[in-house]
Amino acid sequence: MAKTRYATDKGLIARMGATMFLIGLVFTAFIIVIVWLLTQYSNVSSGGIIFIAILVGVGVSFGSYYWSDKIALSTAGARLVEPQDGPMAAELHGVIDRLCALADMPKPRVAIAPGDMPNAFATGRSSKVAVVCVTEGLLRRLDRNELEGVLAHEMSHVAHKDVAVMTIASFLGIMAALLVRFAFYSELFGGGGRGRGRGGNDQNALPVVLVVLLVGVVVYAISFLLIRLLSRYRELSADRSGALLTGQPSALASALVKVSSDIARIPTRDLRAAEPLNAFYFAPALSATQGQVTLSTIFSTHPSLEKRLAALEKISKQLSK
Amino acid sequence: MGLLDVLLGRTKPVPPNLDALFALPSAAITLQAATDFVPTGTGSVSFRAAEGRAFSDIEKDVQDLLSMGEAKSSVEITADSYGFTWLVCTHAADDIEGLVTDLHAVNSSLEAGGFGPQLLCTILGFRDASGSRLGLVYLYKRGTFYPFAPQAGERRNNATEMQIRGVLGNDLKIEPDLGRWFPVWGAPGL
Repeated sequence: MAKTRYATDKGLIARMGATMFLIGLVFTAFIIVIVWLLTQYSNVSSGGIIFIAILVGVGVSFGSYYWSDKIALSTAGARLVEPQDGPMAAELHGVIDRLCALADMPKPRVAIAPGDMPNAFATGRSSKVAVVCVTEGLLRRLDRNELEGVLAHEMSHVAHKDVAVMTIASFLGIMAALLVRFAFYSELFGGGGRGRGRGGNDQNALPVVLVVLLVGVVVYAISFLLIRLLSRYRELSADRSGALLTGQPSALASALVKVSSDIARIPTRDLRAAEPLNAFYFAPALSATQGQVTLSTIFSTHPSLEKRLAALEKISKQLSK
Repeated sequence: MGLLDVLLGRTKPVPPNLDALFALPSAAITLQAATDFVPTGTGSVSFRAAEGRAFSDIEKDVQDLLSMGEAKSSVEITADSYGFTWLVCTHAADDIEGLVTDLHAVNSSLEAGGFGPQLLCTILGFRDASGSRLGLVYLYKRGTFYPFAPQAGERRNNATEMQIRGVLGNDLKIEPDLGRWFPVWGAPGL
């Protein structure tokens, strides 16, 4: 066995594993508490509510997962390109071809989004239908090494199946929100009528709704923070895998600096239009203002620039040893 | 990638498969027997140079090692516009075995230094009487070969490529997924 220079980052993996474990734990606890509350104290047919909530939650999650490529492409206004579609497309395909051969992965589809905002994202439910998309602004600003770094980062997202992982993780938040809403409405409109018929349950009805609401809100808040945390870890992982794939962590770092400092200078209208896609973007549209605000750090989908640069620097040192 | 790798967001770098290269000399003979294509005596190894001293030291060692050989062979380093480094080895046209040995020396030096995952591909050049070019491309990560027949203006001669696939099917492991026959326009040594 030849020696390998590609040690995994055990700390990062442990933190990510712990985050995912917590998400699962909160989710399980949440379901148990809700089911228990509803069956014990409520006259609402809790089975029906939970069933509908699960159905809608699964539907929403599955839809956004299954059509993730189409949704993201149309939100970004991107178009798929072939190598023959001009010098930009040919360059993009050339870089991606080589990365695929290096990483031994199937080639994703390639798209270019209009607009001057330098950014990139990867999406798609599997590596076979994955799409890697970059903006025209990114192609204009980055040299080929930096572009390769960004594309390697995006293709690592594809390899790590981040769309699937983040969809499953977000399922918790969606379920929490839906269950709360359904419980609330059915108590308000359905439960009251039936409760009158059975008499004694009436006093319990209102407090139970409040407790369910409270539980739901708390779970939603916790899951929101955990999902954002997980998203930041996935970004660091993609940075790491991408840098190791090309062997050029510094090129990725320089692309990050370029993109982040450029994003600060673009008009707000563009930023808002791009916001729904942030979770899959290379650098989020709002990241540039993040440095000063401490609270926004735990809400953001991407780690801070300094953190990402420090991690890349570590890889660079490791490679030159 | 296993489920655990997906969950933990890690990719293991793919180690290269080096031994399949030694099937090339006999494939070259088959190719000469069945078509007009003859080896040009030029072969190249392409890899993505990693940053830092460790890699550039190995790169230099490899170059020294290859240029120490006999006078009838030569080695040349070029970089393409995608940032990949190409080591182009030239031997006499009938010395395919010597050429493959040289190419293999490059690979094993990189692998021994821990940079095996940086290897991209190896190309062996062929040419027919009318001057058409053909490259047999070896993908290290897949352990498979595919033909690449470039024409003027970044077009490929797919008919020739299909024909070569049929001819060499028994000698080489040809890449079954056509989507991975990626073009290497302007590859040095082709």
